[in-house]
Amino acid sequence: MTTKKKHKAASSGSEWTFEKIEYYDRVIKELASEFKLETYPNQIEIISAEQMMDAYAAVGMPLGYSHWSYGKHFLNVEKNYKRGLMGLAYELVINSDPCISYLMEENTLVLQVTILAHACYGHNSFFKNNYLYKEWTNPDSIIDYLLFAKNYISECEEQYGIEKVEEVLDACHALRNYGVDRYRRPQKLSVAEEKSRQVNREEYLQSQINELWRTLPSKESKTNSAITERFPSEPEENILYFLEKNAPLLEAWEREIIRIVRKISQYFYPQRQTKVMNEGWATFWHYTIVNTMYERGLVDDSFMVEFLHNHTDVVFQLPFNSQGYNGLNPYTLGFAIFQDIRRICENPTPEDAAWFPNLVNTDWITAVDFAMRNYKDESFIAQYLSPKIIRDLKLFVIVMHTDLPDLEVAEIHDEKGYKRIRELLSQQYDISMMEPNIQVYNVDKRGDRSLTLRHVQRNNRPLDQTDLDQVMKHLHKLWGFAVKLESVDDQGTLTLTQQI
Amino acid sequence: MSQIIDKRHNNRHKSAVNRRRFLDRFKKQIRKSVADAVVNRSITDFEHGEKITIPAKDTTEPIFKHGVGKTNTIVLPGNKDFSRGDKIPRPQENNGDATTTQASDANETSEDNFDFEISREEFLDIFFDDLELPNLLKKQLGLSKIVRSVRAGFTSDGVPTNLNIVRTMRNALARRIAMRAPKKRELKQAEQELEALRHSHAKNPSLIKQQQEKITKISGNIKRIPFVDPFDLKYNRRVSQPIAASKAVVFCIMDVSGSMDEAKKDLAKRFFILLYIFLTKTYETIEIVFIRHHTAAKEVSEQDFFYSRETGGTVVSSALDLMADIIHDRYPTNEWNIYGAQASDGDNWNNDSPHCKEILMSKIMPYVQYFAYVEIMPRHHQSLWEEYNQVKAVFPNFAMQHITHMKEIYPIFRELFKRQQVS
Repeated sequence: MTTKKKHKAASSGSEWTFEKIEYYDRVIKELASEFKLETYPNQIEIISAEQMMDAYAAVGMPLGYSHWSYGKHFLNVEKNYKRGLMGLAYELVINSDPCISYLMEENTLVLQVTILAHACYGHNSFFKNNYLYKEWTNPDSIIDYLLFAKNYISECEEQYGIEKVEEVLDACHALRNYGVDRYRRPQKLSVAEEKSRQVNREEYLQSQINELWRTLPSKESKTNSAITERFPSEPEENILYFLEKNAPLLEAWEREIIRIVRKISQYFYPQRQTKVMNEGWATFWHYTIVNTMYERGLVDDSFMVEFLHNHTDVVFQLPFNSQGYNGLNPYTLGFAIFQDIRRICENPTPEDAAWFPNLVNTDWITAVDFAMRNYKDESFIAQYLSPKIIRDLKLFVIVMHTDLPDLEVAEIHDEKGYKRIRELLSQQYDISMMEPNIQVYNVDKRGDRSLTLRHVQRNNRPLDQTDLDQVMKHLHKLWGFAVKLESVDDQGTLTLTQQI
Repeated sequence: MSQIIDKRHNNRHKSAVNRRRFLDRFKKQIRKSVADAVVNRSITDFEHGEKITIPAKDTTEPIFKHGVGKTNTIVLPGNKDFSRGDKIPRPQENNGDATTTQASDANETSEDNFDFEISREEFLDIFFDDLELPNLLKKQLGLSKIVRSVRAGFTSDGVPTNLNIVRTMRNALARRIAMRAPKKRELKQAEQELEALRHSHAKNPSLIKQQQEKITKISGNIKRIPFVDPFDLKYNRRVSQPIAASKAVVFCIMDVSGSMDEAKKDLAKRFFILLYIFLTKTYETIEIVFIRHHTAAKEVSEQDFFYSRETGGTVVSSALDLMADIIHDRYPTNEWNIYGAQASDGDNWNNDSPHCKEILMSKIMPYVQYFAYVEIMPRHHQSLWEEYNQVKAVFPNFAMQHITHMKEIYPIFRELFKRQQVS
């Protein structure tokens, strides 16, 4: 009884204090372990709105090297915030060990508690357990690595001038989505090793490159077979990696910068593939945890009213035809799916029994945990998007054909449409559908040293031409010799798209 | 246990570097935007920053992107009344209809412009970038005639008024102590010897007397040590340091005769304002003298200068005469940096123009840092322009320019005050 009283007192008033945050953190931690959430230790940092803008502009890196593009992000954030076009995110959380979360001082107590549940236990457990993060990121060393990168780049700026470094960074940024190993696990990050290797690497790399580009004919080259051999022998998806290792004219520090950009890109790669799941998971848990707190009398009615108000805002989905529609809200979609998994486990309908026989009447905690661990957005939607969600969100499919004047409604939320909608929506989150598939195809080693990239189209979708020449110029800057881009369409026809 | 850290007091401007980088990178575009802004701004309006708009295409970070294929399929939420197979007319481009938006994300680059705010300081900085008033540097380097006397430690020679008593006495005391010590020791010993002689069995009066004389001599020596020796004297040292005059006065001279219509006056106004703002950046104190003239010249308040109406003929020399008088009476040239700015449509009595030249040559140009004349005139030049051309030939710190449109003010302003080599 006494404890209950104390709890009640803690939730009254909308101002947060450090004591209250500590108290709620303890409460939520207990609940989280009840729900079997495994997390990294939390490091919760209280910051001001200005600092939040800074954090924002650094695109989620707590320590970023200096680059004008971050200044651009910052100006944009600042402008929108000052004009009231945009509320700042209430929180920002970083995939690191310990898991760093930023809480804004302007938030009310209710928001802070929501964020504790959302970020410090929701996102945190996702970072720790989702297979992509486990496999592709090194949260324990990322902060150190970012610090190393920042220092290295600022040393380069001192030594070679800001402009030169900026040129290289610009070029790398243009290709950063292609600085990712998609299919093999990247090496573990370790700053100490990075540093110690860096010097050796410089020498070693240069020697390798010299070898590669040796103009004196080696003994074996007498055989003609070498002429038909491509280099690289298999197409290379990681363009930045290829450039770092093989571009003939780069200096050692330029290669190191390429490496830094691609390492950071690699770190963010899982986040790009799990937006819906990650946000859905965090939202699901703040909703579940706060509701449990309410049931147990740990928070009062007024707390809940404010909480539900915030929560509803977060998961609000604008219909397609309203102004300001900006795609499907990942919070809405992700939350709906996790909620639905729980519903199917606890209160299945006959429809669910037909669609999800494995989930019906099982333990919901195990079910959502399994989903969280083993999927990414694309497969998650393909696996779990239920007819009920399609009906709730009133999803439908539109086909646009450039030759036809009208758009066609191909599918709607009915019995015939569910499967197709699910399939198409899942594809919409497939990163290889979102980004063109471009790989390094060949280098003319014996001729003009030109580099050929090959773009493999999907659904005969060409490349966007607007910035293409810009990107190619950046590529040229790094490669140092002519660069070509070929496109292969679905029929296998090869066309030369760009040449610089 | 979670760790909770209060970071609110840590450094706040982490992004300042990146913001600076951005501004530097797009300096050219920002400058253009600033120049446009000046044209559109109201005159009294220099107390806030500015919204800068630069073409979004310049700031894009290009990446490989999908183009639009022949057939595109998209899943959308919020179906209300469509059934399978319905045909919908294609929405117009850019009407904000969602079906045209890519599912990925519509960020700022989808607009044509990228806009952001800069502060007033940044605005003015960019605005005045690499402008510099002619001869200013020279003046700052100490060619000005004002000097200020500043303390610079102590010296051992000087005039009595600068005598530093404390230092002198300290020296004297030290010297006295030092010089007395051996003599005192001698005296003490002599006295002991005298005592010994007195108590000795063989009282030898002559020896005692001799010893007494010795003691008197030593005490005399001690007394003769001077209380203050010329060697002890210390004087406050003062050096005269030239200081740049940090005061400036700007003479704004404007023709308000009948031929100057509102539009021309407005142009003139903007020119004066630019001059004023620029000078506020450079000088601590600036005074402005507004002189308006038609056939007669009058010193007026800012309000009257810009806004009151009067008409009549034009005698430019009246204003120049007044300016020369005011300089003579109120602004001694060794204290003030004097700037003159004259705006006129070039109309003047033909007989008066040579007179204007004379006044300028003899009474004004030798005293001013800079004199700028802008002629706001769409037509050909008249006599005043010709006469002024001769002034320009003699005095390099005389500048004249011709403005016909508001857009030209800024470039011309820059032209007038272009950074000059210190010769």
